[in-house]
Amino acid sequence: MARYEAIFDALGLRAWCDADKADAPLSMAQLLAQTQGGDAEVVAPGLPFPSLDVLHEACAKIGQTRDLTEGLENGFLSIRAELKFVLDPITQPLSWMLDGTLFVFESAPWWVMMPVLLLITWAVSRSRAVTGFVAFVLLFFAFIDHYEVAMQTLAIVFVCTGISVLLGVPIGIGMSKSDTAQRSIVPLLDLLQTLPTFVYLIPLIFLFSVTESKLYGIAIILYAIVPVIRLTDLGIRLVDKDVIEAADAFGLTAAQKLSRVELPLALPNIMAGVNQTIMMSLAMVVIASLVSAPGLGVLVLRGIRSLDLGVGIVAGLGIVLLAVVLDRVSKAALARVDTQRKAK
Amino acid sequence: MKDGGMTAKVSIRGLYKIFGPQDRAMVAHVQGGMDKATLLDQYGHVLGLKDINVDMQPGEITVIMGLSGSGKSTLIRHLNRLIDPSAGEILVDGTDVMALDDMHLRALRQKQMSMVFQKFALLPHKTVLENAQLPLSVQGADAATQDEQGRKWLARVGLGGFEDRYPAQLSGGMQQRVGIARALTANTNIMLMDEAFSALDPLIRTDMQNLLLELQKELQKTIIFITHDLDEALKLADHLVILKDGAVVQQGEPQGILLAPCDPYIEDFVSDINRARVLRVRSVMGPVDRDRFDGDVEASSNLEDMIALSDGDTAHVYRVTENGAPVGQLDMKDLVKALVPRVAGR
Repeated sequence: MARYEAIFDALGLRAWCDADKADAPLSMAQLLAQTQGGDAEVVAPGLPFPSLDVLHEACAKIGQTRDLTEGLENGFLSIRAELKFVLDPITQPLSWMLDGTLFVFESAPWWVMMPVLLLITWAVSRSRAVTGFVAFVLLFFAFIDHYEVAMQTLAIVFVCTGISVLLGVPIGIGMSKSDTAQRSIVPLLDLLQTLPTFVYLIPLIFLFSVTESKLYGIAIILYAIVPVIRLTDLGIRLVDKDVIEAADAFGLTAAQKLSRVELPLALPNIMAGVNQTIMMSLAMVVIASLVSAPGLGVLVLRGIRSLDLGVGIVAGLGIVLLAVVLDRVSKAALARVDTQRKAK
Repeated sequence: MKDGGMTAKVSIRGLYKIFGPQDRAMVAHVQGGMDKATLLDQYGHVLGLKDINVDMQPGEITVIMGLSGSGKSTLIRHLNRLIDPSAGEILVDGTDVMALDDMHLRALRQKQMSMVFQKFALLPHKTVLENAQLPLSVQGADAATQDEQGRKWLARVGLGGFEDRYPAQLSGGMQQRVGIARALTANTNIMLMDEAFSALDPLIRTDMQNLLLELQKELQKTIIFITHDLDEALKLADHLVILKDGAVVQQGEPQGILLAPCDPYIEDFVSDINRARVLRVRSVMGPVDRDRFDGDVEASSNLEDMIALSDGDTAHVYRVTENGAPVGQLDMKDLVKALVPRVAGR
């Protein structure tokens, strides 16, 4: 294992290397071996890549890869108090909204809640078929005693989608107006979309208590806000340049142009983004139930934990059913917006 | 004051437009005689417009004609500053448009200049009436005025009864009528028309040209009309400006350009048109030198009418009158010569 030691000796750095030799933390290989329940392979055949761990063995002064991850953790922990001080009050309303909506959805009796939901469906879709389908699904949930958990999931999706739209549309507008903003925000959106969903739970758990509802609220919003931002940006950028030019030629102010021309013409795209946002926040509810989100996700988790096949599958199909309902309702609303404008 | 500056409604003086990041710095090169290809080669800038000087008289239709790439659409967008020039002045009623701040520029666009677009550029999510009302609603006029003016101008362009339709439900010709109604509702003195009829089929185009001439007789606006179609240009123009590669090749009264093209490019252009329909008696008549005539004709008749009147007999000579008074005589032999550009040029 002394392949690289000669280099440090030759460079005359031996004294510096051995200056304060102490017990090193686990190397990456040892850590992996530990998680797999075996011993670390001590002797690697051939010439190993001069990675941090290998160099550490040759010269104790050089840090290990574990130091890197620990450094990241320590760095995060050191600013945690400040971060919490800033983020806690800002995100507190999210907890209130989630708790409040959950309370309303849970405490309203089914004979009030169901008609209200059907009325909302009718108002946005104006479609008998869609409203009938929603009625069927609600009755089905109630019939199989999943009504309450379905309402909890629905409440969470409503709040998170609402906030995603509230924040996402203005961000999308800003992006469409400035190429610089677009260039800097797009990588962030890519990151949010590709980062494994569990990974952004980790810093959130450090920041907030697991019992706070905003913890899963933030996780869902971070994941679900991406499509509405992207499609608002795209929708406004795709507005017919000739129409924009006409708006300029007739002396519309920037605000008039936005409210009378750009937003109405981008609406189909924005609505498609909202539809995607709803779907993605629904996809997050199982992961959110890991951090105390109530609803259908909890039943799925129980199914996995206690190998309760039936419970898990019924709850999983319930999520699918809810997804289909939300998708059909939002698509019906989108179609209505579309036919209104074309009126062909 | 420079020539014509006293009376012109819109004056363009020494206008240059160069596309590229350092367009202002490039103006000197072009003024120094550098041509388009060299500018592109050496500096990577594209020459759009070069030393444009045009006066547009109030109540006249100024037609700017050129082929695609000649810079005509770029030029008209300078008048309301949808495009900013690299150098030069644009004077509207003596005010330099370049000196206007955002607020005054918007006021100019709302109150002094309206625009009609080649691709109509109507708002697809608004009804025909709401589209026609747009200029007034932008200005914050009250609902009653908007409604009254919108309906009035829609009826005037022949769209009464279509107020509640959506643009997509109308044919191209009808959509452009909405575009014209929208421009008229703005009640501006100046109307910019960017290839307004180019997207329409020939019969509809003729209809729209007639509509425009009819409206113009009544409204006497200052119209700046862009086209690539010489027949259309000759039909509409009081003042014709011919643009080539971003520079004015010839401008003046259209019949004069037709009879005396100053450039082989224009000669080529005018050789294909139906001269009998475009040329007027006024342009080919001579002084009176006899007292026996085969009849009286109006100075504004075109040569096609004359050939029909004389039944093709070149021996006839007519007395030309304008408002009842004799102004000259027309020898049918001169008329026949005028029909062939090369003979007429001699």
